[in-house]
Amino acid sequence: MVASAAVSRSMSGLVSVQPKIGVLALQGDFREHSAMLAGMGIEAPEVRLPSHLEGLDGLIIPGGESTTITKLMDRWGFRDGLPRAAASGMAVWGTCAGMIVLAKHLVDPYPEPLGLLDVTVSRNWFGRQVDSFEADFAISGVEGGPFRAIFIRAPVIERTGPTVEVLASLPDGHPVAVRQGRILATAFHPELTEDDRVHRMFLGMSVEGPLQSEGRPAGASVGSVPDFHREIGASRS
Amino acid sequence: MTTTPGQETITSTNGQAGTQDFKAGRVHARVWREDEKPEVGNWRVKGGLAQMLKGGVIMDVVTADQAKIAEDAGAVAVMALERVPADIRRDGGVARMSDPELIRGIIDAVTIPVMAKCRIGHIVEAQILEALGVDYADESEVLTPADLANHINKWDFAMPFVCGCRDLGEALRRIGEGSAMIRTKGEAGTGDVVQAVKHARTVLGQIRRLSTMDETELMAEAKKLGAPYELVTEVARTGKLPVVNFAAGGVATPADAALLMQIGVDGIFVGSGIFKSTEPSKRADAIVQATTHYQDPDVLANVSAGLGEPMSGIETSKLAEESRLETRGW
Repeated sequence: MVASAAVSRSMSGLVSVQPKIGVLALQGDFREHSAMLAGMGIEAPEVRLPSHLEGLDGLIIPGGESTTITKLMDRWGFRDGLPRAAASGMAVWGTCAGMIVLAKHLVDPYPEPLGLLDVTVSRNWFGRQVDSFEADFAISGVEGGPFRAIFIRAPVIERTGPTVEVLASLPDGHPVAVRQGRILATAFHPELTEDDRVHRMFLGMSVEGPLQSEGRPAGASVGSVPDFHREIGASRS
Repeated sequence: MTTTPGQETITSTNGQAGTQDFKAGRVHARVWREDEKPEVGNWRVKGGLAQMLKGGVIMDVVTADQAKIAEDAGAVAVMALERVPADIRRDGGVARMSDPELIRGIIDAVTIPVMAKCRIGHIVEAQILEALGVDYADESEVLTPADLANHINKWDFAMPFVCGCRDLGEALRRIGEGSAMIRTKGEAGTGDVVQAVKHARTVLGQIRRLSTMDETELMAEAKKLGAPYELVTEVARTGKLPVVNFAAGGVATPADAALLMQIGVDGIFVGSGIFKSTEPSKRADAIVQATTHYQDPDVLANVSAGLGEPMSGIETSKLAEESRLETRGW
């Protein structure tokens, strides 16, 4: 487990490298993500307006209905605000609907995605709800055996761009977890499980490079980085 | 197979061209080897879809055109039924599951989940909904009951169910039968939110009460509630229902939706409230906004303005006992 000590502020109150993670709370299972983070000692604010993105090191776009989430994002100004925050270094992770929202292209004619992740996504790929499922996957960068992944009316990735790293795939080759720079996307829902390993991987991603929330200078000593960062860093190398 | 770059104009890649040839498991059969088949239709997967609907609005629709309007307005799902509750109330007669042709038309018209209603205890209507590829079945008191003693054994289905309740005992009986989502009953087709408020407050109040009780008291409480003991102890321990809990029955305005969200439900069903109002599209959109920003009075004031007339409505307290839909279900 990630010890809460790893992410609590130091007794001296001097430098803290606890990343500030927000969860987009327009619609969907954002509370499950918050609860998972809370279990790791991270208090994650709910993001309902673009102004809430300020100072975040990472943002999770939860599962939900992608048509609803994109509509609400457009309505409240996230279509400008979110890519701007991502460009200035905020890490972003989309689960299921979140993956659809982040994609560059969709096979479907709608909704219009944000285009931050160089992939083409096909929605509701497995059929209908009776085809929703769970299965074990090996995820690159996630140590400790297979991950029990829950897919709900899930999408898959049909095409990946040259800088996109595939972390997990279906047996037929369709990617279901990918990473491009500081953007992570999973077609499945780690937040519906008790397994926090993908959340830990994302926390690791969000503390790579300068932290938005604390103004930590790049290249701060590894000793000041939380344990999960060392673990993730070690497992990836 | 993975497509090659540049192949981005494909309209359907999964072989499920439409509802006519829908068959559960068709894609899985192609993707997985025989010895590594995935697990479908289990409790987590059924409840998982309800988790994805949270913070959203599910809208009653009777045609594919209405379904499209609902999707465009930001609905997280649509509920297909033969007549909206206000019309069932007005016209009387036996209310049944919709014509499968209509349900297929709605499934083909939208990409969001499609729910559909079946009668209480009508196992075969539920089997038909599952065969059509309906994403969630509502075993609903709004339709005329088919069994006056028993609800459907919902564990028999891979398709998940939502059921109505007026109190915690009723909610836990439905969950005990396999319902993976719960909604308050309210009083459908009235446009009067009072019963939805009453039922939401009752369920949530009873949960709070359970969570303060001594373990020794739980069996007696289970007996009083008429609820399975194991579920009573689970709710007492966790302080919440084991499934997602929406509000339904009488929601007509954005403020109604926000009220129920503030009381503590996970999301909103709107029945007659949208397509019985003068400007359905505008009202649907406003209720979606209000459900997200339910804690923000400035947003609520903004989205509530200029929506035209809401459905005219019936004051619930003036309804004769035999006209009440909420008393159906056991």
